[in-house]
Amino acid sequence: MGVGTEAQKYVWEGAIPLQIHLHESEITTLPSPPPALILAPRIGYLPLLVPLIKPYFSSTLPPGSDTVWFDYKGLPLKWYIPTGVLFDLLCIGPERPWNLTSDPVWILQVHFRGYPGDLLSPCEGEESVKWSFINSLKEAAYIINGNCKNVMNMSQPDQLELWRSFSNGNMEGNLRISSKLKLGAVGEESATKVISHHHQQSSSETDFAGPGRTGRIPVRLYIRSIEEDVDDLEDVPHIDSWDRISYLNRPVEMHKDEGKIFTLSDAIKTLLPECFEDEPSIDEEMSRIELEDGAKSPESTLSNKDPENLGSARGTEPSEIKLIRIQGIEPKWDIPFSWVVSNLMNPEYYLHICVCIRVAQDPDKIW
Amino acid sequence: MGFSSNWDGTLSPNDFNISARALCEKWKVTYPVFPPWAWVPCPRPFGVTSRQVEGYLSLEGFCCPKSIEGEIDNGSSSKEEATCPTEEEAVDDATLVQRNDRELHLYDLHIVRSSSYRVPALYFRGYNCDGQPLALDDIKKDLPYHSSKILKDSRWTFMTQEEHPYLNRPWYALHPCGTSDWMKLLFDNEASVTENEEIVQQYLLSWLSVVGQVVGLRTPLEVFSKKHNAMFCSSV
Repeated sequence: MGVGTEAQKYVWEGAIPLQIHLHESEITTLPSPPPALILAPRIGYLPLLVPLIKPYFSSTLPPGSDTVWFDYKGLPLKWYIPTGVLFDLLCIGPERPWNLTSDPVWILQVHFRGYPGDLLSPCEGEESVKWSFINSLKEAAYIINGNCKNVMNMSQPDQLELWRSFSNGNMEGNLRISSKLKLGAVGEESATKVISHHHQQSSSETDFAGPGRTGRIPVRLYIRSIEEDVDDLEDVPHIDSWDRISYLNRPVEMHKDEGKIFTLSDAIKTLLPECFEDEPSIDEEMSRIELEDGAKSPESTLSNKDPENLGSARGTEPSEIKLIRIQGIEPKWDIPFSWVVSNLMNPEYYLHICVCIRVAQDPDKIW
Repeated sequence: MGFSSNWDGTLSPNDFNISARALCEKWKVTYPVFPPWAWVPCPRPFGVTSRQVEGYLSLEGFCCPKSIEGEIDNGSSSKEEATCPTEEEAVDDATLVQRNDRELHLYDLHIVRSSSYRVPALYFRGYNCDGQPLALDDIKKDLPYHSSKILKDSRWTFMTQEEHPYLNRPWYALHPCGTSDWMKLLFDNEASVTENEEIVQQYLLSWLSVVGQVVGLRTPLEVFSKKHNAMFCSSV
């Protein structure tokens, strides 16, 4: 029996086909170099592709030192967000490759000069990505266990192997090392234990987990908002500034209710209570509706025609969640949250959730 | 959240707000010539009403003590380990304006509550008096000696440039992963004899007395009540 679930294997093998063009301001030869075609790991980071890209464009670059960055239609891409999350977040509508008749690719531009230091944190190549990853892992460990001693006390060889297996896409090697961190809180606490974890118990290792388990899940939420008059996701305009995206780094506390499964919908309610009615009775009503309409998409479940919304006493119409996307898929809202966490988490033990919210039109709003 | 013997040194969002306002008021009363701490509310950005108002504390235009000290002592590098002179507190704007031969370094400090670690975290950025951001090397020189040493030894885990949680821009941040442990130690003796409410009021002031020194911001002892002076004097 292998390490990891089948869903985890799909997540680790997930890839985004990229078509990377060199920015025109850095082309010094004629004709322009053709774009580089790269299959980028979903769970990876854009700067890790530079060793593949640099030799491809080096003969046409102007003089100067390299400061590599990427943009999508003019929006600088934050290198510390996994590539798959950037894609899910920024390509919501017609940009989805499989909607097009032409070759399905995500078109990006690469720059080797003019780093936008006022917008992006500095990146010094692989070392910066590695430590961003380790610090996220440390933060996740603190959330899950109440301390990050297991990450801090990792031996140098283990730390190196953890990073190498991650950057090489070696899921089994990575899971073997990360199992020493005792971060399998969700799987062990899940009411529906369909997954068995094979943790190697090392007798020489001090166990800092156990009593400190907090029941909290590391979650990063990326929120796009669209205007009220945009009903079709195909018509969502392109984002030209990161200020239009809200970012919540907020743990989810999984409430244990006897006999009741904590669902993805419950998790979203704790993160975005504004998008759900305040009255508890309405919450229960919506929960029942969602369970009954299990086969329907989120759009129809929370449609405007819902009589509960019409009877709302609030002055403004509540915001409506149009889309929830994790690892490129749109899970059903009544799926057990513990399954989502156990199978769709990124290797640094964060669950990245992209949400598209339709908000009421605000005449005073200035973008 | 009740403070008891098994309190873990963390701070709830509501208690953070209470402690933040206490810091603003005590700082303003005790240190009127210094730039004030101000509360910056942050409503939820996508336009809906939130039940809980979030925000952070901000101190703008804090003048780096070393740049003042450097002028007084002709920028001697041997003074790097010396403590700041007491006349630092007496420097006023008129004096600063007259010294145009050396660039002043100004800093904005923000105290943000970390949802992950459930403790405050310090974010800061440095700039010249004309608003240009300082380079990392300049900031390193401005740090007190012991902070520069720690930064050299454990560069990636002590202080890094990362995204400000509310401003979407790169700021320098001190990593808060050990904060709850030493805050618990700091209040351990007090918890059994002091009211919970007073601990909440005192939390950020005590936190700042430790963390502020990392970036050269000293918390005057006067902001603490008299019975706390004994604790801090004995610990020094």
